Order: sequence, then structure tokens, then C-alpha cells
Amino acid sequence: MNLPIIEVSSIGKRYRLGQWGARSLREELENLSSRVFRKNQANHTDRASDFWALRDVSFSVNEGEVLGIVGKNGAGKSTLLKLLSRITEPTEGEAWLRGRVSSLLEVGTGFHPELTGRDNVFLSGTILGMTRQEIRQRFDDIVGFAGITQHIDTPVKRYSSGMYVRLGFAVAAHLSSQVLLVDEVLAVGDVVYRKQCIEKMKALAKEGRTIFFVSHQLDVLSNLCPRSIRLNQGRLIQDGDTADVIRDYLKADGDGSQPSTARWTGQAGDGTAQIEAASVRSDGHVTEHVNIDAPVEIIIRYRCLKGGSRLNASVIVNNSLGAHILSSPNLPSATTGEDRWGYAEHPEGLYESRMTIPANFLNDGLYSCDICLSTDASHSNGVVESAISFTVHDTGSMRKEFQHTWWGMIRPRMHWETEVIKEAKP
Amino acid sequence: MAIMQTDSSSFPEIHIRRKAGLFSFDLKELIRYRDLVVLLIYRDFSSRYKQTILGPGWFVLQPLLTTLVFTVIFGKLAALPTDGIPPVLFYLCGMLGWNYHATVLQATGNSFQSNADLFGKVYFPRIIAPFSASVSQLIGWAIQFVTFLVVLGVYAFMLPEGNALLPSWRSLLLPIFVLQAGMTGLGTGLWLSALSAKYRDLQHLQSFIIQLWLYVTPIVYPLSMIPERWQWIALINPMTTVVESTRWSMLGSATFSLSTSLIGMGISTLLLISGVLLFGKVERNFVDTV
Repeated sequence: MNLPIIEVSSIGKRYRLGQWGARSLREELENLSSRVFRKNQANHTDRASDFWALRDVSFSVNEGEVLGIVGKNGAGKSTLLKLLSRITEPTEGEAWLRGRVSSLLEVGTGFHPELTGRDNVFLSGTILGMTRQEIRQRFDDIVGFAGITQHIDTPVKRYSSGMYVRLGFAVAAHLSSQVLLVDEVLAVGDVVYRKQCIEKMKALAKEGRTIFFVSHQLDVLSNLCPRSIRLNQGRLIQDGDTADVIRDYLKADGDGSQPSTARWTGQAGDGTAQIEAASVRSDGHVTEHVNIDAPVEIIIRYRCLKGGSRLNASVIVNNSLGAHILSSPNLPSATTGEDRWGYAEHPEGLYESRMTIPANFLNDGLYSCDICLSTDASHSNGVVESAISFTVHDTGSMRKEFQHTWWGMIRPRMHWETEVIKEAKP
Repeated sequence: MAIMQTDSSSFPEIHIRRKAGLFSFDLKELIRYRDLVVLLIYRDFSSRYKQTILGPGWFVLQPLLTTLVFTVIFGKLAALPTDGIPPVLFYLCGMLGWNYHATVLQATGNSFQSNADLFGKVYFPRIIAPFSASVSQLIGWAIQFVTFLVVLGVYAFMLPEGNALLPSWRSLLLPIFVLQAGMTGLGTGLWLSALSAKYRDLQHLQSFIIQLWLYVTPIVYPLSMIPERWQWIALINPMTTVVESTRWSMLGSATFSLSTSLIGMGISTLLLISGVLLFGKVERNFVDTV
């Protein structure tokens, strides 16, 4: 039976806030005397200024597994990565790494601007733990993957940022290590490059490498990692199927504690009517994080100031590139439900309209909504552009079979049927 | 797949935990990272002079100018003795070991801050950074040494009794003194790095230390100028033995004895070992403080 390639046992990291640098000589002497008289005790007592970035975290990873780490900023993801990379030491607990480990915490680790691309491949490669011999064997692959063959003898300070990033990732992607610790490396670069990176990571995983992957991009995680762990305030609170972990994470994260664009309030309109608030709601609460397999409600509050006006609200949904995905007014002939106020004469007062975008309709990614209010379906009383925005996260519910990038502005489940026209005779 | 299999056999299990005590020096690991040492030295070589106008010429010019200043101020104005050696050679030779020591100290005295970006992103034995920086300073030393040999040659052929200046078998011992200069510079640099990682303002001490150290080392004056019963104080400074031994090996006249040389070497070794251990203690959590 093989031992797990990464084994973490009750690991913890404590930071002493405001201690370093600002330490006075008096404190220093106190510390020294307490260490002399009560050997080591000073190190094990918690102080008010202490902060546990990570505490009592245990898990193990088997060879060839791809593990994702999910958590808010400050949950301890980077600290965990730093401990396993041996960049800093744990305060308590221990971990075993059984194999060569490389940490990819940035693209182009150790690159020197004055040196050529060729020199930097060797420099970065050895810093990341390869030998010169190994780099020589892979050199052509690295340069080919980066696609900068004709610039390889140019100093990297003359590279475009895209070339720099591609070369940096190419070195990382060709490491010989069995374990790769990856942090947000994929977050930089254009769409094509990102796609290339994800494909490469998958190829590495298929080769049997163990990958430990931290990312804020939940779609990338669900795409890449079958299993994830979730950290919250330094503790490991979930370990399991990535789809489940992301689902629970999004549920917990949408508690409204953080400032979001899921809600807009203000006054936009004219003397007839005005928009006063808009929000995004999914799974029963206001949130900017939406699961791809949950319906999304867009809620609009407006006030009629002049009784008898025929008011109606409308929503335009745009993707992150600004393309209009859809627009929908609550005019009787343009809705499915029975909205008795759309295009009806409004007495003065406050109204709320709700539009529902069905589950499994939008693709994953960021969407923003323009909110409009109109009179007589022709005169615009007020428009709030990009009033609210939300991110649709891929939970993997449509990815049981297909793993690659899902193209398209929307991703509805479509009706399909296939029949045999003519069967070949056996 | 074949590569991966050999990898796993040559890579031992890494055990991550809080290390106790001072002795956490892992020589095996250093040997595994030998290629990194080579590449960091290469990086320093090839990147250092690319943006200066004179390039390596600085290493010729700097000691020549300093020698000129020393000759005028200490030779002519203060009329300090030079053990019967032409003052120019006396100063140039004295600065051979000293300059190597001073450049190493400068390059390594703030290792944590100057490598903070790299140290925060990837693990490798941290000592490799100051160590390879020390080795790459040797190129400056080599250029300076050639300059010295040229000047020595000119004097040997110009002066009537110049033949006495030509190097003897003793010059073969020179590498030992260069090594000692490097050890002293690196040892002090590691101490300063470790201290200034914690007390940021200590890095300003560096240039002050170098300047003061220059004057307590017999570079502009010979050790023989100090009364014999006080000479032991000067010998606490390991650079005294470096400078005097360098003159003894290259110019043949200086205060040199095996016992003082060994004491100097011992002090340098102690400085280096204690520096390495202290550096190793600080490196484990340095990143948390940036």
C-alpha cells in the first residue's frame, strides 16, 4: 500500500501581529528572560495580538490526485500553500511530502530582466528545482510551448508581458516534479492563454502528477479538480467532491457580509416614475454568486409619482465583454407569467417587479444588468446601466462527461434526440 | 515516466515541521541544488555590468584611484611607513584581499531584503543566495589581481633592485588568504542579514562598518607600525592577517607568522559558522515579516 504523497497532520500557523520590526528593546529583554526562566513557554502561550492564519488542518493527497482549495480571502489558502512550499515554517503540526515538489506561486519565478529568454529558462528551472541536465532535455519543448522560438536570445526585459508570462508558464509546465503547488497562476493572461494553461494542467494530471490547486476562479476549479477542500478562517471545514464543496461555499459566502454589486439603491427617473432599488437573488438570498443550476431572480423596486401612468420595467443582461445577452420587459406579450402590473395603469405608490432567469440557462462567468423603467412602452423614465452584477459559477452539474471549455454566451440544456436511420449489417 | 521514477528514488521524504535549535544545516540538500549555485553565479556575472558604462573597468579604476588618494594622503602628507615597499604596490596589494572582503560584505549584508521577492515565492536553501553572491565577487578580485600584477611587473623592471619584488613560491599560498577574505566577508554579511531582517535600520550600519573596518585594518599602514605588545589587539581582526599575509605572499615583506595566521583563520571560520547558523534560524520565518 502506497503512502499518500502529501500528508498534512494538524498543521497550524500563527502570526504575531505588530511584533516584528516594532519590537522595543524592553520587550526583547522580557522575551529573553522569560525564555531563560520558563524554557520555551513563551512560545506556546497565545497573546491577544496573535492570529492563527491556519489551525489544526489535516488531510492527505494520493499520488495523481488533483486537489482544489476553496475559501474566501484570508481563509488560509495562501498560508497553506506557503507551508507546503516550505517558504515559511508551521507553528505547530507537521506534514510529509513524498516526492519532488515545485511551487508555482507566480509566473516567471526568478526571471532576471537583463538575461535572455534562454538563460532565464535555465535560471527559473533550477530555482524551481530542476537540474540543468533535465532542463536541457526539455528545452525545445519549453520554447515551443511558449511559442517564442525566434526571441529566445533576446533579454526578457524586451518581451511583451504576454511573451513573458507564456515563457514563465512554459518552464513551470515542464517541471519534472511529481507534486505541483499552484496558486492563481492561471489568473493572468488572455483567454487563449488561460485555455492553454488549463489544458496543460489537465495533461499533467493525466500523466499522473499530483496537483494542489488554489484559485478564486471556481469554474477553473470545478473543471480541473475532482476533489476539493474548503478553508474558512484557518480551519478545514469541508473535504470532498468539488461540485459539493463549491455549492456549499457559495451558499455560505452569500451571507451579504461583504460589499457586493448584487444590490443597487438610488433614484433614477423623472417626474412620472423612478427606479429606487435593484438586486440579484438566488437560492433565497441576495447574492452576487449564483450557481449555474439555480434560477436567478432580478428584483426591481420602482415608485410611481404620477398616478395613471402605464409603467413597465425591463432588464438587459450583458456579459463581461459588454455584449447584450438578452433584454426582457414585463409587457404582457413578452412574459410567460401573469404580471398584472406590466403595462397597466399604476396608482401612485411603490412597486416591486421580479424577473426570473431559469436555471441552466446562462453560461458561467460575470454578467451585469441594466435596469429600465418606461411609460407607454416607449418613453424611458429612467435607466440604470450596470446597476447590478453577478457571477455564475459552474458547479459541474453539466460536466459529468465533458471537461473542456464550454463555448457560448448562454448554456441552456437543449432538447436532443437521436435515432438510427440505418444500421449496418453485422 | 522513466524520468519520474528516477526522481522519486533520488528524492527523500520531506518532513515539514517547526524546527528546534540552531543546527538545521543540511549539506545533502545543498549538494542537490549545486546547479542553482552555478546559475546564480552566472546570472550575477552576466547581468552586473550590462548597464554600467565602464563595465568591469570599474574594478581596474577603483583600486587605482584609491591607491592614488592613499599615496598622496597617507604616503606623502602623513608620511606613514610602508615596510620599505613602494607605496603604490603596498596599497594596491593591501587592497586586494580587502576589496574582495568588502564587496562580499556589501553583496551579502542584506540578503533577506534584497531577495525578499524570490524567497517569498519559492523554496531553495536560502544560504545559496549569499553564497553564490560571494563567489561571483571573485571576478572583481581577478580583474584587480591582474591590475596589481601589471603594476608589479612595471616596478620590477623599472627599479634597480626590482628583481626582489618578483613573486616567489609564497605567492602559491595566496588562494588561502583570498578564501579567508571571502569567509570573513560572508560571515559578517550573514550576521548583518540576520540582524537587519529583524531590525530593519541595521542595514544602514553596513557602509559604516566597512569604512571603520578599513581603518582598523593595516591597509594604509603596516602592522609593524603598531608597538609589538599591542599587536595582539589588531590580530583579533581577521582582516589584519588577510592583508598582512597577502603582502607577505606577494611582496615578501610583512609581519607574518604561522600562529597568527592560524588564529586569524580560526576567527574567520568561527564568524562564518556562527553566521550560517544564525542565518538558518532567521530564514525559517523571515517571510512572515515582510
